[in-house]
Amino acid sequence: MAWEVVIGLETHVQLLTNTKQFSGASTAFGAEPNTQACEVSIALPGVLPVLNKKSVECAIKFGLAIEAEIAPRSVFARKNYFYPDLPKGYQISQYELPVVGKGHLTIQVGNQEKIIRITRAHLEEDAGKSVHGAQEGMSGIDLNRAGTPLLEIVTEPDMRSAAEAVAYAKKLHELVQWIGICDGNMQEGSFRCDVNVSVRPKGSDKLGTRREIKNLNSFKFMQQAIEYETQWQIDTLEDGGKIEQATVLFNPDTGETRAMRSKEEANDYRYFPDPDLLPLEVTDADKARVKAEMPELPEAMKARFESNFGLSAYDAATLTASRDIADYFVATVNAGAEAKPAANWILGAVSAKLNADEKSIAHSPVSATQLASLLRRIADNTISNNAAKQVFEAMWAGAGEADSIIEAKGLKQVSDTGAIEAIIDEVLASNSAMVAEFKSGKEKAFNALVGQCMKASKGKANPAQVNELLKQKLGA
Amino acid sequence: MSQVINSSLKELGQMLASKQISSVELTQEYLNRIDTLNPEINAYITLDIEKTLAQAKAADVRIAQGRAEALTGIPIAQKDIFCAQGWRTTCGSHMLENFIAPYDAYVIKQFDAAGAVNLGKTNMDEFAMGSSNETSYFGGVKNPWDRSRVPGGSSGGSAAAVAARLCAAATGTDTGGSIRQPASLCGFTGLKPTYGLVSRYGMIAFASSLDQAGPMAKSAEDCALLLNTMAGFDEKDSTSVNRPKEDYTRDLNKPLQGLKIGLPKEYFAEGLEANVGAVVQSAIEEYKKLGAEIVDISLPNTQLSIPVYYVIAPAEASSNLSRYDGVRYGHRAKEYTDLMDMYCKTRAEGFGAEVKRRILIGTYVLSAGYYDAYYLKAQQIRRLIAQDFTEAFKQCDVIMGPAAPSTAFKIGEKADDPVAMYLQDIYTIAVNLAGLPGMSIPAGFSDGLPVGLQIIGNYFDEARMLNVGHAYQQVTDWHKRMPEGI
Repeated sequence: MAWEVVIGLETHVQLLTNTKQFSGASTAFGAEPNTQACEVSIALPGVLPVLNKKSVECAIKFGLAIEAEIAPRSVFARKNYFYPDLPKGYQISQYELPVVGKGHLTIQVGNQEKIIRITRAHLEEDAGKSVHGAQEGMSGIDLNRAGTPLLEIVTEPDMRSAAEAVAYAKKLHELVQWIGICDGNMQEGSFRCDVNVSVRPKGSDKLGTRREIKNLNSFKFMQQAIEYETQWQIDTLEDGGKIEQATVLFNPDTGETRAMRSKEEANDYRYFPDPDLLPLEVTDADKARVKAEMPELPEAMKARFESNFGLSAYDAATLTASRDIADYFVATVNAGAEAKPAANWILGAVSAKLNADEKSIAHSPVSATQLASLLRRIADNTISNNAAKQVFEAMWAGAGEADSIIEAKGLKQVSDTGAIEAIIDEVLASNSAMVAEFKSGKEKAFNALVGQCMKASKGKANPAQVNELLKQKLGA
Repeated sequence: MSQVINSSLKELGQMLASKQISSVELTQEYLNRIDTLNPEINAYITLDIEKTLAQAKAADVRIAQGRAEALTGIPIAQKDIFCAQGWRTTCGSHMLENFIAPYDAYVIKQFDAAGAVNLGKTNMDEFAMGSSNETSYFGGVKNPWDRSRVPGGSSGGSAAAVAARLCAAATGTDTGGSIRQPASLCGFTGLKPTYGLVSRYGMIAFASSLDQAGPMAKSAEDCALLLNTMAGFDEKDSTSVNRPKEDYTRDLNKPLQGLKIGLPKEYFAEGLEANVGAVVQSAIEEYKKLGAEIVDISLPNTQLSIPVYYVIAPAEASSNLSRYDGVRYGHRAKEYTDLMDMYCKTRAEGFGAEVKRRILIGTYVLSAGYYDAYYLKAQQIRRLIAQDFTEAFKQCDVIMGPAAPSTAFKIGEKADDPVAMYLQDIYTIAVNLAGLPGMSIPAGFSDGLPVGLQIIGNYFDEARMLNVGHAYQQVTDWHKRMPEGI
């Protein structure tokens, strides 16, 4: 039987705020345990939550970016459960009325575009961390993370392959960084995905029973986990088994998913509106104010790159795949480079070097301004494309600015007609055999003569001029 | 000294200003009285004489420097529900028996800033759940008017302290009547302000949408001075209302001519003890003499207020009390096998029977499958109850009635009958559900036991209510009566 996998994602995005969702404690990562846990983070008797306005702006930004309905009135609710790293014994989240309603995100898989529907996005707070094994027979609790602002983004079950799910996750990952609401740091847990997977006979419109893979913090693991889980479910069903709804964890060492204790599933969270917080009201004026602060979104920027700069759809899409690349490109152009060569260099030489060095473009050793000054020297014929590659390598290695490298390496192109003619005359005089070959009709000999001229000029002669002048001299 | 202990806050302020008495002397006088009377009355859970006298000394310096405010140097008893930095703060529970608060509640900060002296932390029903102070882990409190009777609750310690003159004034909190019912049973003036007027920050939560702190004192005038200090917008409490500061003494002496008093028929029906009804009626007669008009009104959903309250308050409490899990502070069971066992034993040992009952009720009404039938339905009826008052206030300026259906009952009398105990709050609970201000003032006695008159005002109409209370206290002296043997 042919099977179809159905996938939906819930993503926890840690919002880029200085302070926590409901208190003034710092959200900085990596501090000594419990040094960023104020009286509210610890849930001392009598403390009360106060909503972080910045986190609301982040949620509005996201809503605008996915063209979603933003609720004029949304409600914070308490999700009640006991766990040592949950200090209040409940998590403040949004349940029935989330701040962001239905929206969508367009992904690209191969040459296919696909719209993924987003069901909702709601504000909530993170739990702390349990630290096991630090002390014999005891578990430690670090509440630095407790109360960190999160936006949970939930999709419809619209994805049909691991590749689509990963494409969605990557697109979302880029988008939240693009609009400046998340640092995207997956290792530090700033972007975590829960993936709901079910399978059904191809052609069926009924959803199968789903299992939820929790807390995936890398795209590679997500791909592996979904592929393993899908195959496991198909095998189970083909063997006559049944899928039980469950929460599963992915083990990167074995590449397998395994169900957590089913007890976890029996939770009744007893949601109810948090009486300590007023309903969150978002006015049209709030939305307008946030919208005015929003950067140009990737889709709009892509269209602009195509129409204004004449870039291909592919190049424009690649340049707008991340805010950092787009920023680098725009900065390069703004520093005086022509758009097309800038795009070619960024997607070619710069990307290749970044990949080889495992660096992000934000940390590129060659800045956008430096690249632009190099590209200007190509454009004004100071150096050849070949020489430019040498200059770029040197810049990458930290040798300084383009002009000083050109100077130091003597790479300046010779474009003085007289000087080039002198070289050509010399080459023609000492290569009479080649000249004879050319005259007897061997076209290849012309290229060889050009090569000799370039060699004689130590690569500095302008190749176009050499070609032109050589043709004249040979009367070709 | 008997003159001092029965003085109004204004008089005490004048005595302090004119150096007739120092704050240290005044404070020491109360500490001496506490030393003598508290072992039996049990109004205080925690005293810290060193801290208290240090504040009194600081107040004397402030007075000498001419920087005194109305409450500077005045010894105030604080209900043990307010976190006060460095003070043990128990909320009447074994769970917090050894909890030293590392921060100040908003109310405590306000009193500190005013230069008031924190005299000690008063006894209360555990987590404010009770109407007799009998659920306190630290033992019951005796009513100073009859020591075989309860003082009411949950602010029973503050109530007994005010009645026995073991403080100049006190603070309380009122979730379903916890200021007004003890005020009625102990014969003093207690005000529960409009929800949101006094910040709840640092006040240990029982039912967040109902809890409200307020003053407990001898007179309406004293309450006005205390409210001036307690009220105020606090950005740390999202439900705190941002409105301009008021002077609650400003209207105290306004004439009552033309005041419209609404009398809800439901407050004078079955369930009200006849002797209590008679005292309340005679107080209303007094108001007529002061020029007030009587309007008959109806609050048709009054009977529903108790069932609604006993869904909403336990629901919120069950969640609010989840933080007492033995992990970070408070009681933790000594021996346990695993995490679940630690939770179960800690909470089984740390909470008393009434608290457990309410956690169970609250957990039940919020559970999947029951939420709509109980919690959601209760919230709908809550709106109807508030609507009753909105309609009533179209016809009158204030509403009057009894604050409690009976005078103080015997210790133990209702301890085993929770429903009978819950009925103690039949006249007070609706006010909390609607978020309105309510007040109880001494209106007379029945068989030697005090009876309170409840005055319910419209939202943020505290100044008028205090005016109404004060006018009555200018023509009566019930509020000046003191129990014998104190």
